[in-house]
Amino acid sequence: MLWGKTSGQKLGAAVIELDNLGYNYGGGELLSGVSVKLAPGSFHFLTGPSGAGKTTLLKLCYGALTPTSGRVRAFNMDVKGLDRDQMALLRRRVGVVHQDCRFLDHLPVIENIALPLTVSGRDLGQEEANLRELLNWVGLADRSDALPPELSGGERQRAALARSVILSPDVIIADEPTGNVDWEMSQRLLQLLVELNRMGKTILVATHDLSLIRAAKNQVQARVLRIWDRQLHLAGADL
Amino acid sequence: MSSDSFAGHLKTLIIGDVQADRVVPPSGFTAQLTLFAAGAMAFLAVFALALSLASGRLADRWADELARAATLRINAPAEQRAAQTEAALKILRQTPGVASARAFTADEQAALLAPWFGAGVPLDALPVPQLIEVIEDDPGYDATGLRLRLQAEVPGAVLDDHTRWREPLVEAAHSLRLLAVVSILLIAGAMGAMITLAANAALAANAQVIEVLRLVGAQDGYIAQAFIRRFTLRALSGAAVGMAFGMLGVWLMPAASDEGGFLTGLGFQGFGWLLPLAIPLLGALVAYVATTRAAKKRLGDLT
Ligand SMILES: Nc1ncnc2c1ncn2[C@@H]1O[C@H](COP(=O)(O)OP(=O)(O)OP(=O)(O)O)[C@@H](O)[C@H]1O
Ligand SMILES: [Mg+2]
Repeated sequence: MLWGKTSGQKLGAAVIELDNLGYNYGGGELLSGVSVKLAPGSFHFLTGPSGAGKTTLLKLCYGALTPTSGRVRAFNMDVKGLDRDQMALLRRRVGVVHQDCRFLDHLPVIENIALPLTVSGRDLGQEEANLRELLNWVGLADRSDALPPELSGGERQRAALARSVILSPDVIIADEPTGNVDWEMSQRLLQLLVELNRMGKTILVATHDLSLIRAAKNQVQARVLRIWDRQLHLAGADL
Repeated sequence: MSSDSFAGHLKTLIIGDVQADRVVPPSGFTAQLTLFAAGAMAFLAVFALALSLASGRLADRWADELARAATLRINAPAEQRAAQTEAALKILRQTPGVASARAFTADEQAALLAPWFGAGVPLDALPVPQLIEVIEDDPGYDATGLRLRLQAEVPGAVLDDHTRWREPLVEAAHSLRLLAVVSILLIAGAMGAMITLAANAALAANAQVIEVLRLVGAQDGYIAQAFIRRFTLRALSGAAVGMAFGMLGVWLMPAASDEGGFLTGLGFQGFGWLLPLAIPLLGALVAYVATTRAAKKRLGDLT
C-alpha cells in the first residue's frame, strides 16, 4: 500500500502548529488567540456551529489563507515565509478533502484521483497498480471511468479522500467528509480515516456530526477541538 | 536559463505530456480564434515579406543599373555636330573613371524616339541632339570636373548622369521596403495582442480548473505550461496554413515581365522561397511570449 506509507521523517513535536493565531475576512475578528499543536500520528476532530470558522481554520492550516496575526508552522516551516512554488510543495504533503470536493468535471474519477500525481510530474503508468488498489480501498473500482458529476454524494466523498492520500501525505485534513451522506456511509468513511490513522498519518477532521465523533472515540484516541466564541477549546468528555 | 533546462523546456513544449494536456479542458472557441488569427496574420505576412523582398531588389537594380550609365547630349548646329561629338568622345576617353563612351548611331537614336514620334520619322529633318552613352568605372569619374572641361571645349555638351531622377526612385523603393518591414512587425504585434486576449479568455474560463490544480499542489509553471503549449502549437499550425495559402497566392501571380514592371516582380526568388517558412516560427514565438506573459500575470493575481 504505497499511498498508506508515511515519510518516517522526524517531525519534532508537531506536524502542524498554530501559534496565537488570529483571522478576519476584513470584517470583525473570526478567530483570535488560537493555539494548537497536531502531534504526528494524532487524530483530531474540529467542531463548532456553522459559520464558526472551521473551514477557515483548516485553510489556515494548509496555507490557503494567511493569518492576520500569529503564526502557522507546518513541518517546522513558517507558512508565511513560503513562496508560491514552495506552497505548492506543501500542498502535496498535506492531503485535503474539501467540503465541496472540488473535482475536474471533464476528467473521469480515476484521473481526478491521480491528479496530484499528474501535477507533480509522476508517470501514471508506473502508479497504475497503486491507483487500482486505492480505488478498491475506497470501493470505487467499478466507478473509475465515471465523470464526477455522475457520482453520488458518498462516492464523491470517497473519491476526494482517495485523491487526498494518493501522494501518501503525512497529514490528512478533511472538511465535513460526511457532510451529505447517510449514517452507514459516514461510518464507512470514518473507517477509512481510522485506518489511515493506524498507518501513522496525522488526521484532522472538521465536522458538526457529534455521532461521528462518538463512533470514532470507540476506535481511536481522538481529541476534539471546538471553536466557540472565536477561540479554540479542547472539548471534554461531555461529547 | 541554462541551455540544458532550455532544451528540456523546448522538449516538453513540442512533445508535451499527454496527461498534462488533459487537465485543462479543450476550449473550442479560443482554439478557433487563435487558429484563425494566426492563419490570417501569416497570410498577410507572406505578402508583406514578398513586397519587402521585391522592393529591395528593385532598389538595388535601379541603383545599380542607373548608377553606371550616364548620357551626354550634344546640342549643336548640324554642321558642328560631328566635330563636337568627336571632341567630346576624346575628352571622355581621357577622363579617369569612364569605362567607355560611345555615340549612338542614327538608327539607335531613331529607335529611341520611335515610341514618341512613330517609326520612319526622318531624324535628319529634326534638330535632334546627338547622344553619347557613358559607362562609368568603379570608382566613377568626377562629374563636376568633367562638366567644367566640357563647358570649355564642347559648348553644346550637356552631361546627364541620371542622379537627379534616379535618387527619388531608389528612395521610393527603400521606403516601400521599410513599409513592408513595418507591416510585418505590426502583423506580429496584432497577432500578439489577439493571442493575449484569447489566452486571457481561456485562463478566465478555466479559473475553476486552475484553482483545483493549485489545491492539489500544481506549481504555477505547470499550469502555465498547459496553456502556453496549446496556444503556441495552435499559432504554429494556424500560421503554417496561412503561410501556405499566402505562398500559393504569390506563386500564382504572373511572372516578372518588362511590361508589368514592378507589380509582376512581386514574388520570391531562389532561396527567397524559404524565407516565409520563418513566419509560422515567428507566429509560434509571438504566441509563446504572449501566453507566457498572460499566464504569469493571471496566476500571480491568484492567492
Ligand atoms: N471568502 C470569504 N470572505 C468573507 N467571509 C467569509 C469567506 N469565507 C467564509 N466567510 C465567513 O466566515 C465565517 C466562517 O466561515 P467558515 O466557512 O469557516 O465556517 P464553518 O465553520 O466552516 O461553517 P460550516 O459548518 O457551515 O461549514 C462565515 O460567517 C462565513 O460567512
Ligand atoms: Mg465549513
